[in-house]
Amino acid sequence: MEIPGIVGAGLVVIGAGLGLGKIGGSAMDAIARQPEAAGKIQTAMIIIAALLEGVAFAALFAA
Amino acid sequence: MVLSGKLIKNTLTAFFAVMPSLFFANQATDTTHVHAHNAEHAATHAHAESHGAVNEKSEIKAFIDHHLKDSHEFNFFADGEEGKHFGFALPVILIDNGDFKVFSSSEFHHGEKVAQIDGNYYKLHHEKIYKLKSADEALTLDAHGHPTNEKPLDFSITKNVVAMLVTALLMFFLFTGLARSYKKGPLPTGFGRVLEPLILFIRDEVAIPNIGEKKYRKFMGYLLTVFFFVLILNLIGLTPLGINVTGNIAITACLALFTYLVTNLGANKGYWHHIFWMPDVPVLMKIALIPIEILGTLTKPFALMIRLYANISAGHIVVMSLLGLIYVFKNWIAGPSFFGLTLFISVIEILVAFLQAFVFTMLSALFIGMAVQDHHHEEDHDAHTEEEPIII
Repeated sequence: MEIPGIVGAGLVVIGAGLGLGKIGGSAMDAIARQPEAAGKIQTAMIIIAALLEGVAFAALFAA
Repeated sequence: MVLSGKLIKNTLTAFFAVMPSLFFANQATDTTHVHAHNAEHAATHAHAESHGAVNEKSEIKAFIDHHLKDSHEFNFFADGEEGKHFGFALPVILIDNGDFKVFSSSEFHHGEKVAQIDGNYYKLHHEKIYKLKSADEALTLDAHGHPTNEKPLDFSITKNVVAMLVTALLMFFLFTGLARSYKKGPLPTGFGRVLEPLILFIRDEVAIPNIGEKKYRKFMGYLLTVFFFVLILNLIGLTPLGINVTGNIAITACLALFTYLVTNLGANKGYWHHIFWMPDVPVLMKIALIPIEILGTLTKPFALMIRLYANISAGHIVVMSLLGLIYVFKNWIAGPSFFGLTLFISVIEILVAFLQAFVFTMLSALFIGMAVQDHHHEEDHDAHTEEEPIII
């Protein structure tokens, strides 16, 4: 991989990390507010994480 | 004797455990060609780089590339110095301008020799078969190094096909066994105890919330099939057999295509209405929106395809690269530590296998649900009852 490829990959990883951190944080807050809804929140969190990872991997492959 | 799930499971486990030692590629003829093979490899390596460590890296890269792709033979391991390959060859089925040709891929001798069948000559280059006019003709390469010879239609039984057939048979036996065990009592026995919670999970958490109570039964078959197919293929890809099925974009493209067909063929009239003649919008914009909406229906399966492909291939590349690093750093500390790291990453890969299967199924159910649900505001101003979906 040349330099632009590696820099692009790094940016994608930063983006994915920030996004996943935000999702995880919101999920934690929501579970803290309503412990009964923890199951549903967890499922939604996993789905959004997978969507985000899909975008990240697609970009990684292109880079 | 009743084909119980336990018997099938034990038989398959024993078969897979014993299979590598049962088959050997033809060794006698291999040794004569291996010198040319090694010389060619050495020449490319010597030409490219002279450092020992960089040599390893390109070999590892070639190894990873070869293992990500499909292959016409099962190659478990090869002894480089003696040139012996352990594995077994798979049948090659070609349709060459209407002629049906079936032969064993051992005729290719791992890509070194030109196979001569009924007067036609075929050469294997990077696992693709090209037709040559004579035994000595070389492949004509274009600017990028891709051969431009004509290719016969390749319907061979390759590694991926074998894995998919094995998966299909495995699923068939497991689930018919489970269904049969319900005749004896409400609780399943044996391996069914693992399958039943998964099936109930798909029904209660994936199908019913997304598709709705009334219509989920019609699509449960497809969702369950996709989930277990993708799951078992992901798990097979993690074994040392080196079969990378779901990391192959053609296969994930087909799975995404099936989801696309199921959503569109089972879709509601309201769904098509929204695509082709968007309500509450001026007429000019409606016509402009038609191609955009059609493209919009394609992006979702496209994302499904890319997500599964990228996740699984990236996992395989990481595992193989880490194992390859053991050969680059040949010392006592690197070996065990990289092995431990690879073990850890493999456990994460198992999680990824389950997760990707679940996400594929969940998103398929979501798309089906969006296509099948009835819009309440449609019934208000159109005053027609909702159409029955086509799939029964």
